[in-house]
Amino acid sequence: MAVSDANKAILALEDGTVFRGESFGAPGEVAGEVIFNTAMTGYQEILTDPSYKGQIVTMTTPLIGNTGVNSEDAESPKAQTEGFVIRALSPVASNWRTQQTLGEWLKQNGTVAIQGVDTRALTNLLREKGALKGILSTVDLDPARGVNKAKASPGLAGRDLVKEVTCKKATPWPEKPAGTNPLHVVAVDCGMKAHIARMLVLSGCRVTVVPATVKAEEIAELKADGLFLSNGPGDPEGMPYLVSTVKRCIGRMPLFGICLGHQILGLALGGKSTKLKFGHHGANHPVLELRTGKVEITSQNHGFSVDPATIPGNDIELTHLNLNDKTCEGMRHKRLPVFSVQYHPEASPGPHDARYLFERFVNQMKGKADS
Amino acid sequence: MPKRVDLHKILIIGSGPIIIGQACEFDYSGTQACKALREEGYSVVLVNSNPATIMTDPEFADRTYIEPVTAEAVEKIIAREKPDALLPTLGGQTALNVAMQLSESGVLERYGVEMIGANAEAIRKAEVRELFKQTVLSCGLDVLRSGVAHTLEEAKQVAEQIGFPAVVRPAFTLGGTGGGIAYNWDEFQRIAEAGLSLSRVSEVLIEESAEGWKEFELEVMRDRKDNVVIICSIENLDPMGVHTGDSITVAPVQTLTDREYQAMRNEAITVIRAIGVETGGSNIQFAVHPETGRRVVIEMNPRVSRSSALASKATGFPIAKIAAKLAVGYTLDELPNDITRKTPACFEPVLDYCVVKIPRWAFEKFPGADPTLTVQMKSVGEAMSIGRTFKEALQKGLRSLEIGRAGLGADGKDLSISEEEMRRKLRTPNADRIFVLRQAMLAGLPEEEIQRLTRIDPWFLREIRQIVELEQELQGARPEKELLFKAKQYGFSDRQLAFLWGKEEMEIRRLRLSWGIRPLFYMVDTCAAEFEAVTPYYYSTYERAPEIVGSDHPGARINPGTLPLKKIMILGGGPNRIGQGIEFDYCCVRAVFALREAGIQTIMVNSNPETVSTDYDTSDVLYFEPLTLEDVLNIVEREKPEGVIIQLGGQTPLNLALALEREGVPIIGTAPEATDRAEDRKKFSRLIDKLGLKQPPNGTAMETEEAIAIARKLTYPVLVRPSYVLGGRAMEIIYDEEGLRAYMAKAVRVAPEHPILVDKFLEEAIEVDVDVVADGETAVIGGILEHVEEAGVHSGDAAMVMPPHTLPPAVIEEIRRASHQLARELDVKGLMNIQFAVKESEVYVLEVNPRASRTVPFVSKAIGVPLVKLAAQVMAGSTLQELGFTKEVPIPFTCVKESVFPFSRFFGVDIILGPEMKSTGEVMGIDASFGLAFAKSQIAAYQKVPLEGTVFVSVKDKDKPAALEIARRLQRLGFKLVSTRGTAGFLRKQGLEVAEVMKIHEGRPDVLDFLRNSKVDLIINTPAGKATKEDETRIRSLAVTRGIPCVTTIPGANALITGIAALRERGYEVRSLQEWHQQIQPVAVS
Repeated sequence: MAVSDANKAILALEDGTVFRGESFGAPGEVAGEVIFNTAMTGYQEILTDPSYKGQIVTMTTPLIGNTGVNSEDAESPKAQTEGFVIRALSPVASNWRTQQTLGEWLKQNGTVAIQGVDTRALTNLLREKGALKGILSTVDLDPARGVNKAKASPGLAGRDLVKEVTCKKATPWPEKPAGTNPLHVVAVDCGMKAHIARMLVLSGCRVTVVPATVKAEEIAELKADGLFLSNGPGDPEGMPYLVSTVKRCIGRMPLFGICLGHQILGLALGGKSTKLKFGHHGANHPVLELRTGKVEITSQNHGFSVDPATIPGNDIELTHLNLNDKTCEGMRHKRLPVFSVQYHPEASPGPHDARYLFERFVNQMKGKADS
Repeated sequence: MPKRVDLHKILIIGSGPIIIGQACEFDYSGTQACKALREEGYSVVLVNSNPATIMTDPEFADRTYIEPVTAEAVEKIIAREKPDALLPTLGGQTALNVAMQLSESGVLERYGVEMIGANAEAIRKAEVRELFKQTVLSCGLDVLRSGVAHTLEEAKQVAEQIGFPAVVRPAFTLGGTGGGIAYNWDEFQRIAEAGLSLSRVSEVLIEESAEGWKEFELEVMRDRKDNVVIICSIENLDPMGVHTGDSITVAPVQTLTDREYQAMRNEAITVIRAIGVETGGSNIQFAVHPETGRRVVIEMNPRVSRSSALASKATGFPIAKIAAKLAVGYTLDELPNDITRKTPACFEPVLDYCVVKIPRWAFEKFPGADPTLTVQMKSVGEAMSIGRTFKEALQKGLRSLEIGRAGLGADGKDLSISEEEMRRKLRTPNADRIFVLRQAMLAGLPEEEIQRLTRIDPWFLREIRQIVELEQELQGARPEKELLFKAKQYGFSDRQLAFLWGKEEMEIRRLRLSWGIRPLFYMVDTCAAEFEAVTPYYYSTYERAPEIVGSDHPGARINPGTLPLKKIMILGGGPNRIGQGIEFDYCCVRAVFALREAGIQTIMVNSNPETVSTDYDTSDVLYFEPLTLEDVLNIVEREKPEGVIIQLGGQTPLNLALALEREGVPIIGTAPEATDRAEDRKKFSRLIDKLGLKQPPNGTAMETEEAIAIARKLTYPVLVRPSYVLGGRAMEIIYDEEGLRAYMAKAVRVAPEHPILVDKFLEEAIEVDVDVVADGETAVIGGILEHVEEAGVHSGDAAMVMPPHTLPPAVIEEIRRASHQLARELDVKGLMNIQFAVKESEVYVLEVNPRASRTVPFVSKAIGVPLVKLAAQVMAGSTLQELGFTKEVPIPFTCVKESVFPFSRFFGVDIILGPEMKSTGEVMGIDASFGLAFAKSQIAAYQKVPLEGTVFVSVKDKDKPAALEIARRLQRLGFKLVSTRGTAGFLRKQGLEVAEVMKIHEGRPDVLDFLRNSKVDLIINTPAGKATKEDETRIRSLAVTRGIPCVTTIPGANALITGIAALRERGYEVRSLQEWHQQIQPVAVS
């Protein structure tokens, strides 16, 4: 049974590997860094997570689309990944909350997607070679041209993708906490997942979302109880403007960073970031909290890492450790109410084990000792 | 936290005999636990009555007690061994129940034994349903509305509040024994009554029915530091209302979003904490309403379970091993993940494939049993399969079942049924439903209607429909490369394609290979390829290879490392079923161990997730694959083993022997040709004649009249069966021509391609099993086992005694001589089993099987020599001389093997024993005398052994003289006798005191009333034949429901009375297998 060309797609990688498959999203051609994610649930959250800007995501879970798409589980209003690569799409969306099939939704969002790919072979390749630049196309199916285009594509290094996903101006987050006199958090939006804001609201905070280009003075004017640095796409080295803003905020108010926010904080404290070979992208990474000796299963999505040992002085303490590769997953300032984690305590997708960190942030804002 | 140093000796309780709901998964978990604890330097004391287990091989524990798994026996062991701790969570419900009894009775406290893993309080909270629900509710989680009852009256009150349909679940029973869904008062009364009598604490839960809801399970692990991880999520294809053991299940969960899955995960963690399982694995079940999403917690097993064995195999995460290590104090982050070796065990496995488990039923063995699937488990085994998609895994799973199917239909095996019948079979869950789904789709039943009838999630239905649609496309098309590739991706077997395209299987294979369409073998690696895995655990799948532009070859390395010297592949037995169970897995595993020890690389192929053989660290390389010609050839092609062993996995690999040999596969051990000589009736008769041995007069019939002519010549009774059968399938003793005609009408359907064998049936003969190991030169008898029941009772069902307890030395000598002759003539290299019948001191050969038999593990345990190890070494090229095993080992004690039956699962099925095997498992009783060994075997098989009370005796006329002796012995032991008119009259005439009750139609109160009033402690009832069959069946069925021991043969009754007498005299003591073996004259075995 020959598939008509109209349905075909290819994924061409810079190393010369080309996967053929069927298109199930929008027609078109996109370039991006090809990465894999091992989460078994939560494709909708992944697709809508702005941190994936610039990336073509392949799911290692082979059966995708089973539960369709609904309006509640989106992490941002639209699909954010450059492209989507899977083994097999479910033709039916089966779940009581479903509103649309994944295929329809991707078409509406203009996301190029390919199915029928041996995603395990692709993952093996990415594990061995590290993240690769790739081209996903439904319009030009010539493998050699695809590989050349992949080689010529810009990649992520040094790129400031945050500018493409951050909000335009300071905006109050629409959801409000229960109770009166809530704490006020200013959240720097580097491509913030909606669930982070929701978790802050659930923890009793009023949230003002500000663009990543925010100035320290603007933050001061907002009279916040705490500053939050969000997740986001790309290389932290690509955004010196935010690093300098954060430098000026440290010590003025409690500060909490997640993922890219954690890396920005590391740079602001004088540390260095490095690119991981293929990053951490999944929902099953064990993280040890050094103080309690307890392990939490965490959701992760990062290609860069900060080593607290590169931070000058000895004010910064490693608080969380990835048990798989022993990389830094969290740090805190020994004297100031400043801390951050590399992983995603808001989960979505992934386990909820680390939600206590939002409470910790709230306690710091209330001036309570770190619990 | 490091391991505990205050513990030294740990007692592990095994699960006892294989029964429905509790199979070899507990050998798997127990064996892992024994290994894990000894690795840590603890002294392990093990108790398990099941000799067919790997864990009871003496090298797996410091002290191995093959004794009844009862509170009484375990107390004796505790008194003797004084262990520091008891690990109760690895031996299924049986171990948990015994541990609870020991805790409640104060034994543990008295001897200072600590329960580790889960304490009594946690177990109680999880097991007593009312307590469980309260605990769950107090955490703010939702449960089904329900009430608990201890009497029928209470039960009715609860049902009135809840309404129908209502589910009845007895407390403290296995696999939901005695449970059911009631739609009306009549049904309710029947189910509630049975449930109350089966529950150890006479307690049933009556509950709002969640029938039709989605059903999920999470496998959870927790450590001392309160780290909790989910090892595996499982979704049931069959919605709520079908026991999870009877459901097709899928891992991971397919139809929940992350939000819903994480909410369930949070609840599972909340539950394990609230129940207080301190360390180890638990299984927590949830139901989710398909339209509203309402989620309720259904139940929890505070121990490793069938599901956790499945989860271990599905993910590569060894739950039982880790549970054992956590129980002695380690935490999850301190233990490595064996598969990656680089990452810790404290993580949640991710799958990049789909796992499907399909139950294997045996309703054909129990005509009259209700084949509807309910909340009470009825399957006897299961197959697991792995594919990249559900479609592929489902089809692989269906062809793994050993029911002759090649996948989801498309194999010419489905009988055509009416749409009405289809609707009925879709609505009422049953063993064929998955196949009927396909038929309904082919017949064009609308998807909405199928969904409404089955309540199976639309996602599954659509996946199945895709298979069906491709089948239709295939049928209308000519073989073509792209289409064939797609079919392979959808899991179609070569056999199905051959059927659809009107070709032979091997033609399709050759065509496929000529197009370069071969399976890839992907790894089960716990991490979806995120990390490099080192443990070679594979499944096959079909994937399109990427193209390579330029010279930079990506080539994912799949199998690094250097190849060892020699590779031998062992084919396993597939899913457990009646006639082929754990014994064969035992044989495969022992062979793997022996070969590994000899430096040979072992490759295991099997599809049964319950087994030790499919543990990733049993063999060097594991293929979790169907045992079909196609799948095995694919593996052989990839691995190119020097030898393939087919004689250890039972009938499954044996059936492949000739085809494999034809394809040039190097089969080692006894030649397949010898098997053929033993199984082909004509060749077998020539063999027997050549050796000057005797066999019962016989003939072979192709059709009814021929069979009748043969039977007339042989004279009735005759034993009839189709050729090439397993477990006595469709084997019957026929007493007259009418019976034979009825049989032939049925039998022709059983196996149209095979003739019917007719043997003269030797009445009242003694049957004998012999196991032999031979190397072509030397043959050594492992054991001679005398059956307790007379010939005619299937050897898998009969109780057996070793050494023989009644046979005269001359007969034994003749058996020996014949055994040696047969081994030599068939050039046996490996194991052989022979069945003899002895009548009037004449020895007849009934059957010869040049392969491992069901009794091999039992015999090995009796003589303290691992026969399979020797056989494997022989197959790998050693001689018995070299191995130092050349003489039979006499044992100065008695071993009894008793069978265990699933009758309590199948109400209304007659419990009489015959040539068709019905038992699911076995136990072993060892003692100095026959009486005590037999008594122990009965206790171990959970047959009550009354030491006093009333015995109801009712026997057929022919048995009356024998019954007289039995009655005398009973009276001497102080039992009161009760009988119906005929037997009572006869016994009175002989001067015995017998009370009389009325037969069923003679008026009330009749014998049934008498039995219901619980005045009877033992029933001796030999079947008289057709005339009174209905009455007898009712008596025996009632005995099963009321738990009254019921003996249906005269020799069985005699043995039991001998046992009772011995028990009355001095009770029994326990002794470890290692101690028994010290009594045997040493035999050097290297």
